[in-house]
Amino acid sequence: MSTSPPASDGPLLTLSGVGKSYNGDAPAVADVTLSIERGSFISLVGPSGCGKSTLLRLIAGLLQPSQGTLDWEGGDRPDDLGFVFQDATLLPWASAFDNVYMPLKLKGVSRDAASSKVQEALIRVGLGDVPDRLPRELSGGMRMRVSIARALVTEPPVLLMDEPFAALDEFTREKLDDDLLTLWRDLGWTVIFVTHSVYESVYLSERILVMSTEAGPGQIADDIHIDAPYPRGLSFRQSSAYFDRCKAVSAALRDGDI
Amino acid sequence: MSSSFFRLLIPMLVGIGALLFWEAAVTIGDVPKFVLPAPSVIGAALLENFGSLISALWVTLRITLLAFALAVVGGVALAILFSQSRLIEMALFPYAIILQVTPVVAIAPLILIWVGFDNVNLALLILAWIVAFFPILSNTTLGLRSVDHNLMDLFTLYGATRWQRLWSLQLPAALPYILGGMKISGGLALIGAVVAEFVAGSGSGTGLAWRIIEAGNRLQVPTMFAALLLLSLLGIAIFFALTLLEHLALRRWHESAVNRGS
Ligand SMILES: Nc1ncnc2c1ncn2[C@@H]1O[C@H](COP(=O)(O)OP(=O)(O)O)[C@@H](O)[C@H]1O
Ligand SMILES: [Mg+2]
Repeated sequence: MSTSPPASDGPLLTLSGVGKSYNGDAPAVADVTLSIERGSFISLVGPSGCGKSTLLRLIAGLLQPSQGTLDWEGGDRPDDLGFVFQDATLLPWASAFDNVYMPLKLKGVSRDAASSKVQEALIRVGLGDVPDRLPRELSGGMRMRVSIARALVTEPPVLLMDEPFAALDEFTREKLDDDLLTLWRDLGWTVIFVTHSVYESVYLSERILVMSTEAGPGQIADDIHIDAPYPRGLSFRQSSAYFDRCKAVSAALRDGDI
Repeated sequence: MSSSFFRLLIPMLVGIGALLFWEAAVTIGDVPKFVLPAPSVIGAALLENFGSLISALWVTLRITLLAFALAVVGGVALAILFSQSRLIEMALFPYAIILQVTPVVAIAPLILIWVGFDNVNLALLILAWIVAFFPILSNTTLGLRSVDHNLMDLFTLYGATRWQRLWSLQLPAALPYILGGMKISGGLALIGAVVAEFVAGSGSGTGLAWRIIEAGNRLQVPTMFAALLLLSLLGIAIFFALTLLEHLALRRWHESAVNRGS
């Protein structure tokens, strides 16, 4: 299950002057211009209500922009985008297996034909031995893993995650952060990761987009590169370099407040 | 285990106690049979008229079940239609409400005229259906709309067709609502069948309602009670059957039916 990026220099996605206002209200996202490189890990941080989810939904094509354009490399938005929500958002009546099978089923792949892919996705997220359990028989962290397996089963080039681990306890979250980084490095995804945790964004990302409401509603106030090498692990979490970068991102968030 | 045992035992003891008290009070107070018959007298009347009462029960049961089945099919189908088109919903929902709020007793004569007096069975069926239909429609409509928005978005993202969305997402999500509506509607179908027979009379066979009227006219109060008893038992049986169905369908995944192991 590996996606081999076609050789190309241009960015995967370019947003030019993208804005969105819901039925005539003040804009939730305003004048966002940025490019996203293939294979990068980007976080969107900002206080709640600053337009992170809106921006992510615009990228997913679940919302249409009121202004501006989104240009995907090669023309169209890729068919398969992985999307992971804050809640695992599983079908409660379907087993872990069937939940992961769902995207393939919607594409018309038979259960038998999908079976090995589904099983492989479950194994990748560490759930190879519980395919028959229903969501309510899984812990919160395991449910989130099913949700990630579902997002990766179609081998999407892009994974969009909207505060995926925010509802989990810290231990589980750190474990999932590490596993997500491993998957990202193995599979060559482009990940756009929304979080309100400065610490999580610094730990995970190559690049952090800081959004704030005060700098102007729904705008990107800062674009910070985190140049620490991967794999990142406990030693990075505890390094002073990590804390320095957290401070810098926090400062960028606060700057917006003035 | 012991708690479910007590849950059966206690109402039964209350029932037996009440019957004994009833029997004793009527005997000691020397209450006439045509005012309040003792349970033993009712039992005797039931045995004596058993054949005719059971065939009346069968007539009522048949209308009830048929009306109920048509209400489920019609209600779910119309709700699905509503979920596919806001316009159709806007156009038709008010009429469903009108049908619901107009007392069935008041429509009965009209229906009877329309279907013809030699078609009373059909009139009964229509009237019972009208009463049973609305809870299914409104519950299913609500259920189809109550799907997690993020799941809807996910289906959009994966390019699901309308049919896939309906079949794999909306209908399963609506199932608890549909079953809840069926539980209400099952009882209403019985009430509808009985009320309709009171108003419109009997068709080819005599139902329980008509037996009650007949017995009342002849002051056969024990037979009235026996017929009433059968009606209650029928209502209870319908309720329990639908509760069982709900439990079987939802027990694995839905919060309302999950056994928390305590
Ligand atoms: N469906 C919607 N309809 C109207 N306003 C919305 C909707 N979704 C979000 N908003 C508004 O847009 C702004 C940004 O919301 P959102 O993108 O959810 O922020 P975040 O994810 O950063 O918390 C908020 O002011 C919110 O109230
Ligand atoms: Mg959000």
